[in-house]
Amino acid sequence: MKYLVLLIGDGEMAPWDSLTPEEQGAGMQKFEEFDAACRARAGVEILGGEALGSPDTATVMRTRGGQVALTEGPYAEALEGLGGFYLIESPDLDTLVDLLRVLPAFDMQIAPVIDPYA
Amino acid sequence: MVQSLRAPDPGEVLAQVCREDWGRLLGHLIRRHGRPDLAEDALAEAIASAYGQWSAAGIPAVPPAWLSHVASRRVLDAIRHERTLAGKAHLLATADPAPAPAEAMPGADTDDRLPLLFMATHPALAPEIRPALALRFVLGVPTRDIAALFLVPEATMAARLTRAKKRLRTIGAAFAVPDPQRWPQRCDDVARAIYLAFTAGYAPRDGPEVVHVRATSEAVRLADLAADLMTDSPVLAALSALLTLHDARRDARTGADGALVRLADQDRTRWNHSQIRAGLARLTALTPTTGYAEELRLQALIAAFHASAATSADTDWVAIARTYARLEELTGSPVVRLNRAVAVAEVAGAMAGLDVLRAAADQLPGHHRVAAVRAELLRREGDRQGARAAYDEALTACPDGPERRHLQARRDSLETPGAGTR
Repeated sequence: MKYLVLLIGDGEMAPWDSLTPEEQGAGMQKFEEFDAACRARAGVEILGGEALGSPDTATVMRTRGGQVALTEGPYAEALEGLGGFYLIESPDLDTLVDLLRVLPAFDMQIAPVIDPYA
Repeated sequence: MVQSLRAPDPGEVLAQVCREDWGRLLGHLIRRHGRPDLAEDALAEAIASAYGQWSAAGIPAVPPAWLSHVASRRVLDAIRHERTLAGKAHLLATADPAPAPAEAMPGADTDDRLPLLFMATHPALAPEIRPALALRFVLGVPTRDIAALFLVPEATMAARLTRAKKRLRTIGAAFAVPDPQRWPQRCDDVARAIYLAFTAGYAPRDGPEVVHVRATSEAVRLADLAADLMTDSPVLAALSALLTLHDARRDARTGADGALVRLADQDRTRWNHSQIRAGLARLTALTPTTGYAEELRLQALIAAFHASAATSADTDWVAIARTYARLEELTGSPVVRLNRAVAVAEVAGAMAGLDVLRAAADQLPGHHRVAAVRAELLRREGDRQGARAAYDEALTACPDGPERRHLQARRDSLETPGAGTR
């Protein structure tokens, strides 16, 4: 199955910007360990993943009455702290959750990808 | 012998296969097709069709294999039906309906009921549905019995089970024994779910007694099975010991008139002594540990002190009070403190018990059992007026049912001239 993993909150982590360079380095190290752990696990593949600009760089696009309006900032509250995402192939949720423990302890939202044509 | 020549009855064979093999059959289907949302209905349908076919054509040589085969075909039919509905019929010729076989996982060679148990109590499911799903998945307890156990209409329970099964499918829950590193947490989840199923049936109440007694003993059976399948899990062994010891007293808990019988007044010859021996055997194999496993072990220990007292007067209240103190330290639970108050009263007198009770009362405002215990302790002190007021307070807060009737009877007996203080 494919899953979208949204890194939606700092959780028990201090905000990234408030970390010392050493702490940020340790955090980056965990992302690399996560990459390695995924490569090592059969049936698991990171299909995509990026870090995102801070929420104040986000733009919301809405179409109302055929008019496109752009506004500042994230729309949904759950996405206020969206810092990055992964698209990952995994045999099941349990394997994925096991691997995600390797990442810094962000709050995450895990959604299965579905085939809209199925 | 003439009797042995009698052809076996299809209904009897079927009932036995269902009881003994349901979990293995369902586990096998989910392992094979990866569809927890379809497998159980398919198995139920196969069982429903078996009676007619076995009556007409004879009982198959290996009845579970027959059921497995028929149910498996029904899962494939259901998958095909889904694809037809989705307008994907043209893909059927090429698509393999079964997912690629999973690689060998830890536990792949173990009993299929074990991954089934972990799936039914999956942490991504709401804790309230896990006990119901565990009873249904692993033991095949009928939905109507599970509904009766949790006091909801059958249709409601059926809908909840369906939603949970669909969720297992859509989130992609693993059908596997978790990594040993996760066992402590996952086994706690399993134990909590089974304990919840047990307590739902154990609480005294009105309604179809037979049904919830049956469902309660299924919870005990499930705890036993879980402990046997996961031999290295202290929490599951402690749970099995606890439930077995509690269940051993079941018959003695209600009198002929259906009224509650207090532990002190129970006819101990009606306790199930082979169950008590089995519970004690599990318990004595355990050593002190931490967390939920220790919580259940201490509870089982208290049940064991009660179960091994030949008469009420022989009860080792000192040991019970000490164990409650450890349990309270571990959990900080006011309900544990309430029970400790009773034990302390037995050891050091009603006044000492009332002292312990006071702190529990602050944490459990308006709880009828606090007032009920206070009433009993005041009564023992000879304070009838105080006891009467406490019974009234308890009666105001207690919902209708056997427990309320018991409280009413206790209050009424207080009025009887010359009534003792016990």
